Amino acid sequence: MHSSLIDYTIHLADSTHILSQRNSEWCGHGPILEQDIAITNISLDLLGQSRNFYQYAASLMNNDTNEDQLAYMRSEREYKNLLLTEQPNTDWAHTVLRQYFFSQFQFLLFEQLQNHNDPQLAAIAAKSLKETTYHLRWSGEWVIRLGDGSEESHQRMIVAMDALWAYTGEMFIATPYELISGIDFKALNENWLAKLQLLLAEARIPIPENTYFQTGGKTGTHTEHLGFMLTELQYMQRTYPNCEW
Amino acid sequence: MSFQIIKHYYGDIPEENSGSGIEKKEVVKTAWPLWEVFIRSKQGLDHKHAGSLHAADAAMAIENARDVYTRRMEGVSIWVVESIYLHASNPDEAESLYEPANDKIYRHPTFYQLPDEVNHM
Amino acid sequence: MLVQDMEQIFQDKIDREIKIEPKDWMPEAYRKTNLRQISQHAHSEVVGMLPEGNWISRAPSLKRKAILLAKIQDEGGHGLYLYSAAETLGFSRDEMINDLLSGKAKYSSIFNYPSLSWADMGAVGWLVDGAAILNQVMLCRTSYGPYARAMVRICKEESFHQRQGFDALLVLSRGSKEQKAMCQDAINRWWWPSLMMFGPKDSESTNSDQSMKWKIKRKTNDELRQQFVDMIAEQIKTLGMVLPDPALKWNEARKHYDFGAINWEEFWNVVKGNGPCNKQRLAARNKAHDEGDWVREAAKQYAEKKRNRAKEQAA
Repeated sequence: MHSSLIDYTIHLADSTHILSQRNSEWCGHGPILEQDIAITNISLDLLGQSRNFYQYAASLMNNDTNEDQLAYMRSEREYKNLLLTEQPNTDWAHTVLRQYFFSQFQFLLFEQLQNHNDPQLAAIAAKSLKETTYHLRWSGEWVIRLGDGSEESHQRMIVAMDALWAYTGEMFIATPYELISGIDFKALNENWLAKLQLLLAEARIPIPENTYFQTGGKTGTHTEHLGFMLTELQYMQRTYPNCEW
Repeated sequence: MSFQIIKHYYGDIPEENSGSGIEKKEVVKTAWPLWEVFIRSKQGLDHKHAGSLHAADAAMAIENARDVYTRRMEGVSIWVVESIYLHASNPDEAESLYEPANDKIYRHPTFYQLPDEVNHM
Repeated sequence: MLVQDMEQIFQDKIDREIKIEPKDWMPEAYRKTNLRQISQHAHSEVVGMLPEGNWISRAPSLKRKAILLAKIQDEGGHGLYLYSAAETLGFSRDEMINDLLSGKAKYSSIFNYPSLSWADMGAVGWLVDGAAILNQVMLCRTSYGPYARAMVRICKEESFHQRQGFDALLVLSRGSKEQKAMCQDAINRWWWPSLMMFGPKDSESTNSDQSMKWKIKRKTNDELRQQFVDMIAEQIKTLGMVLPDPALKWNEARKHYDFGAINWEEFWNVVKGNGPCNKQRLAARNKAHDEGDWVREAAKQYAEKKRNRAKEQAA
């Protein structure tokens, strides 16, 4: 029970942290200044959420650990983030589609999690829900804009869909430690799909027929991308261990 | 009469081959329109002009106004209007010197041009 | 009215501290000077995101990463305020950006130096933002209304930038041997370029102080630079580090710090494009712009489609 809560909290922390890290790659390189600022805002929100989860997990672990130890000193095989979050940005189409997939999932999840009987988890979910509502609207509008925009943007969205779809299923295939969330993942999946279908119809993007999904992120078996991300992310802490920054 | 500004301050590096020249180029085809942003920071207050930004449509302009001008404070009300639809009065003292139609405040590249008879002087 | 009279009225307003607004009459040179200065300032904010952006992915703690991201995002916001202010002078942002990307427009040379260690994030905040803030505080009272308002907003938001930089260095200065060395090294590399940010010596500017007369600027380069040296020379004592200038010494008679000669040859070379990172910075901006082209175009096309559909429905 206790260790499940820790694992689940770390999973939530890792997913938000890794997606924040990906989105932050756009900072200073966005397609237009206004959107550079918008994606950085989302990155900052996700980073804030991940810190809340890490801090809570650290407090549950009852030893000397802290948020930075958890973020910087665990190996690739210990990271529990969704595979979706570690996929490369590739282009703006991939970025906004991935954000939509994730935010829609997070929105439905946090809606329920804010009533969880663990008060801390519930509080973090409730606080994050406000931000997620904004991410969802922002990313949903971009999916429509690009899907129904120019010929090129439409094509790019199809490519992005093809690249990312296989990583969406993992969100709804529960690992044992996720049972503690009390979430009905099947219902969550159906709700998510219903929302997605509405949006994609407006965006004129077909849902791929393939339903064979990649899994493993939540239990530490990742795609090849995560190792490189962590190499960069953890560089300072690994090179200069036991320092204050 | 023309002034030559050679003083070099931070952010004001010499003119030759630098600075934003003013010869007009072809306007970029992908330019998004400019929007003026008005924000009511608290119930009971008026909406106040906060600044401007570029956005493709109104929804994007409102979201971005929140990102840029309010850092997403809760409970604020935002108006956006495309700058081309904003009309402005002319300052009094220069009244006689302006084309009456030059009332778009978003851009006034030629408003300092004097009528021909004045230019001859 | 004669042009001379117009200029008289204009100068009179300036002298009485009345702000000049976009639709007011203004001398062409005043408009050009403001346009050049504001757009260069905007470009500096945007290019300034790059050297710090280098360290987002490698920030050593989650807290520092959040601070750094927020700070760089602020700079983007400041660029946006400034572009908006410049646009009131009749030049669109796209035109300004074209000038930046083609290498025609300039930005602050300081951003053509590389950020090589984490300590650089501290040094940039403390020294570069510290230098910028002196300039910006002065500009809050500049005579062109939209510029002054943008600067007020910027100064409000920027107050934490210099502090976080100093705070980051302070932690390093009290840390391990490696951290101390990292701290001193960053100060060594950023000190002189920071002094150059204020521009050439007053004595080398042949012109009468037109910008001062128009109250676009209110302090000379040397005044601001001296103010900066005096401030930093005191603050560095708290860090227990040294500034890389053997000539730095308190002058009791002047009540100011004396300091050594600035390498102006280096300054002009960096301005001309020979700095360590000029090419990379411009390349990065161009890449972002080019890769964003289809995004901007798609959003525009979508907005048009939506408008047309609304019209059709109304008809």
